[in-house]
Amino acid sequence: MKAFTRLDGLVAPLDRSNVDTDAIIPKQFLKSIQRTGFGRYLFDEWRYLDHGEPGMDCAERPRNLDFPLNHPRYWQVSILLARENFGCGSSREHAVWALDEYGFRCIIAPSFADIFFTNCFKSGLLPICLPIDVVDKLFRQVAAKPGYRLRVDLPAQTVTTPGGEAFGFEVDPFRKECLLNGWDDIGLTLCHADDIRAYEARRRQEAPWLFA
Amino acid sequence: MAGKTLFDKLWDAHVVRGDPDGTTLLYIDRHLVHEVTSPQAFEALRLAGRQPWRLNSIVAMPDHNTPTDPGFTTIADPVSRLQVETLDANARALGLRYFPIGDARRGIVHVVGPEQGATLPGMTLVCGDSHTSTHGAFAALAFGIGTSEVEHVLATQCLIQKKAKAMLIQVDGQAGPGVTAKDLVLAIIGKIGTAGGTGYALEFGGAAIRALSMEGRMTVCNMAIEAGARAGMVAVDDTTLDYVRDRPFSPQGVLWEQAVTAWRDLRSDDDATFDRIVTLDAATIKPQVTWGTSPEMVVAVDERVPDPAREPDPVKRAGMEQALRYMGLRPNTPMTEIQLDRVFIGSCTNARIEDLRAAAAVIQGRKVAASLKQALVVPGSGLVKQQAEAEGLDRIFTAAGFEWREPGCSMCLAMNADRLLPGEHCASTSNRNFEGRQGAGGRSHLVSPAMAAAAALAGHFVDVRTF
Ligand code: SF4
Repeated sequence: MKAFTRLDGLVAPLDRSNVDTDAIIPKQFLKSIQRTGFGRYLFDEWRYLDHGEPGMDCAERPRNLDFPLNHPRYWQVSILLARENFGCGSSREHAVWALDEYGFRCIIAPSFADIFFTNCFKSGLLPICLPIDVVDKLFRQVAAKPGYRLRVDLPAQTVTTPGGEAFGFEVDPFRKECLLNGWDDIGLTLCHADDIRAYEARRRQEAPWLFA
Repeated sequence: MAGKTLFDKLWDAHVVRGDPDGTTLLYIDRHLVHEVTSPQAFEALRLAGRQPWRLNSIVAMPDHNTPTDPGFTTIADPVSRLQVETLDANARALGLRYFPIGDARRGIVHVVGPEQGATLPGMTLVCGDSHTSTHGAFAALAFGIGTSEVEHVLATQCLIQKKAKAMLIQVDGQAGPGVTAKDLVLAIIGKIGTAGGTGYALEFGGAAIRALSMEGRMTVCNMAIEAGARAGMVAVDDTTLDYVRDRPFSPQGVLWEQAVTAWRDLRSDDDATFDRIVTLDAATIKPQVTWGTSPEMVVAVDERVPDPAREPDPVKRAGMEQALRYMGLRPNTPMTEIQLDRVFIGSCTNARIEDLRAAAAVIQGRKVAASLKQALVVPGSGLVKQQAEAEGLDRIFTAAGFEWREPGCSMCLAMNADRLLPGEHCASTSNRNFEGRQGAGGRSHLVSPAMAAAAALAGHFVDVRTF
């Protein structure tokens, strides 16, 4: 997994609540058996005016110029500013892969759906919850100032505006450690293989029907 | 000391190790696998030179992508075909318990797991699919995971978790005639919102939940995720045990007796405390229909499309306006005036035998409205299909003008050929009405099987209680 420490990135706003994973990456792209190739279909139904299918060359497709990511001022973004309950719906990790491949490293929203939130950390993306009034303020600032950037500091757990205003955020200590070091969960868990085997031995006695 | 909730009991029994900050290694008893979220996990496992930790915990089948045309033999779409073939190959290479295309036991993973007894009370159960919450109906801790976590469970039989908070959703009283499990859960989501359950494990209790069949409880738990909760659950009672008894994977003989003794304790203690309690009275719940693009955008069938002008919160108001634009609906339109193009009876929410019986009972001897382009019934599994055919339900549907299909996810998410065209309105027994969910530009309205059946006959929504 990619490590995440600090980021100074351009911010794009997505001013809608309940953005679901179907919207982030529509189902037709989930037929792929690869882990890559999703970035160009990110938000496909909102970004393009035609219907997207896997394998399409997106350079030729008509774009929806009202969609923020299609605006030149939001090219080269790495931070997505979003609304409540971002990433709700399906468990598809393809949504995170698409955001990651597009270039996002961090998503800021008042709240996230649980499965999406967990999935983010697996690809080295940092989801940050900030209070609604702070998010509102950031939306206003992004709209007002082309080239608006935020500084995200994971070790210090702060988001800092160009004006120097800093907002603290919470992050689970274990997840923080993994992100900072780019650790792979499976390797960490297998360090406890003996504990897993001991648990299994005990459970086989207590509840043998679970092992049939 | 306060007693334990059902969630506490399930959690505590599966802790392999815990860190002081609450990070827990949780053991997983059952892993269900389908074609869409597993290929990258199997591939990564192989690249890392790892083997599945416990093969017999896994049960696999293709469902999302599979065609539903009667008697189909091949998958026409080459991309879908490759995905299903990849699962075939992984299952073969590893020797998984597998229900491939052509096996009568195949179907939607959340219908097949319980049907086979692969879902048992007291289990932790995961699947790379958010509707894994369905299995919580059996007093199991069941939740959806992403592909990296699928790989993690394959490699270690565990997940790294932090314990969620516990919420009790108490549905008291008795639901009136024509009001089903689907209506109860839509009303719950309407009340707490699509993010109301975020960070919680839900337990559904109260007389109205106790009165439900296992099929009904599965419908309710299935949609816990639409309320934002990864897991929903219902305590064990005789209804649970009667369903589980003598299923192919269920314990038999002495083991059964031993299991039942343990399972009897799978309920929240009387003095257990919850972080949040929500109560509803089933008697006040009417048949529900969604009008928007989120399951919380729901009203009773005798109500009207809400008016955003009356919503004080600006973000919510903008969401409502956006939804109405997408749905092509005007505020204050009576729900019963919404004209339909297609009707879909299927999905892991409502494609079990009881659902098909409920729909058939409404349809019996009548005809689908001439204005409909299509009415589809897609059984949840091959065995549901067989059972329905043995009861003659297929003939009731086809005589009325419904298409009778092979099992699969089908128009619930339109990854196969079954889908809505832009602008079409669909009465659907599935669980998500998101933009484009049932086909790009399609407009979904979530309802119960009985309501979908009545709507198919009328060509628009009708109150099944007076139909
Ligand atoms: S029926 Fe629909 S919700 Fe259920 S598993 Fe299939 S796609 Fe997901």
